Amino acid sequence: MCIGVPCQIVRIHDQMATIEIGGTQREVCLDLLIDESETRVGDFVIIHAGFAIQRINAQEAEETLQLLKEMME
Amino acid sequence: MKYVDEFRDATIAQKLINRIQRFKFNRKVRFMEVCGSHTVAIYKSGMRNLLPDIDLISGPGCPVCVTSALDIDRTIQLTRMPDTILATFGDMIRVPGSSSSLQNEISQGAEVKVVYSSYDALKIAEDNPGKRVVFLAVGFETTSPTIAAAILQAEKKGLENFSILSYHKLIPPAMKALLTGEQVHIDGFICPGHVSVIIGSKPYEFIPQQYHLPAAITGFEPVDILHALFMMMAQIKENRPAVEIPYSRAVKPEGNPMAIQRLYEVFEPSEAKWRGLGVIADSGLKLRRRFQKYDATQYYDLSVAESSDPPGCECGSILKGLKKPSECPLFASVCNPSRPIGPCMVSSEGSCAAAYKYG
Repeated sequence: MCIGVPCQIVRIHDQMATIEIGGTQREVCLDLLIDESETRVGDFVIIHAGFAIQRINAQEAEETLQLLKEMME
Repeated sequence: MKYVDEFRDATIAQKLINRIQRFKFNRKVRFMEVCGSHTVAIYKSGMRNLLPDIDLISGPGCPVCVTSALDIDRTIQLTRMPDTILATFGDMIRVPGSSSSLQNEISQGAEVKVVYSSYDALKIAEDNPGKRVVFLAVGFETTSPTIAAAILQAEKKGLENFSILSYHKLIPPAMKALLTGEQVHIDGFICPGHVSVIIGSKPYEFIPQQYHLPAAITGFEPVDILHALFMMMAQIKENRPAVEIPYSRAVKPEGNPMAIQRLYEVFEPSEAKWRGLGVIADSGLKLRRRFQKYDATQYYDLSVAESSDPPGCECGSILKGLKKPSECPLFASVCNPSRPIGPCMVSSEGSCAAAYKYG
């Protein structure tokens, strides 16, 4: 039911988006994204049961990795 | 793969393991995860063997597994009714009830359609106006907003032949029940990543505040899980329990307000029966009054004489963290993924299936 890895949006049409995962494409619904109007092709989203439930925050991802690297030095 | 490979980095993982190993508490520290995807990720990574001072146990995190035999029996009963199509996520097909399974009912002629999304079930209802289409609504807070969205769509479209069996579960009340029950010793919780995408971090605040225990919301890659373990070990060491979010790339403290709004517009908390954990107050979801006509139990008599779990199956104890899969007498002998006896072996997210495949 749950796709653990973030999927990239390759197309947006109405309230739906086409996402790519492991070379295959799937249609997902954007109805549960609060800022769906700000969702863009190229964004990474978390998918669950046919719905995008969150966009990946690129800055937070970078900060987490940076923190880990600094912590381990 | 972006946001995946970086969090599988072996150098970072090894350094985190070294740092975790430096904490010494003169006892094994026991952390529980309550998410099927974490269960699989932990088994798959093999990290248990690398962390001898930590006991990682699985809790009630697999939605298929926690569905009670009674609710499976009711669903089976429903598929025997005339002019009825049951729509379900594929995982539920092989889960055994007291004396049958949906798979068995399909072979007897029941109309059961496997769907990928709740919207697929709406489409089936639109395409079959002469039949009642019932969606088997299982899952945690990650799934229930998608069902709520379907109910709102059904209302908008005026779909009269669509309804649901609401067997949803809420995760924080189950975590609380485990802590209150005191049957299993827990030193901290790895909180579920994608349930938390929806609900945020606040619903877990009772863990540090009332039980003085650490918690960390994390993702599914080895570095994510090790990062969470490191944070919780540090919380114990420094005696400052809190809910931390190493998975901040996906989880905001406030969660997903749009999804929460839809969820609670359509549903309200209700009592629910969990496999293993029994009945827990306010741990399920029922449709609000405005949406009563989408409640399948309004149209069907689903009374079941007696329900029972598969004889000898220890899924109930495994879901509470009281036993490990290998401690079940059926595990890997008569119960295996190709002929599963209990739900924890049926679901790919179940502890037994993960232990069998990777353990």
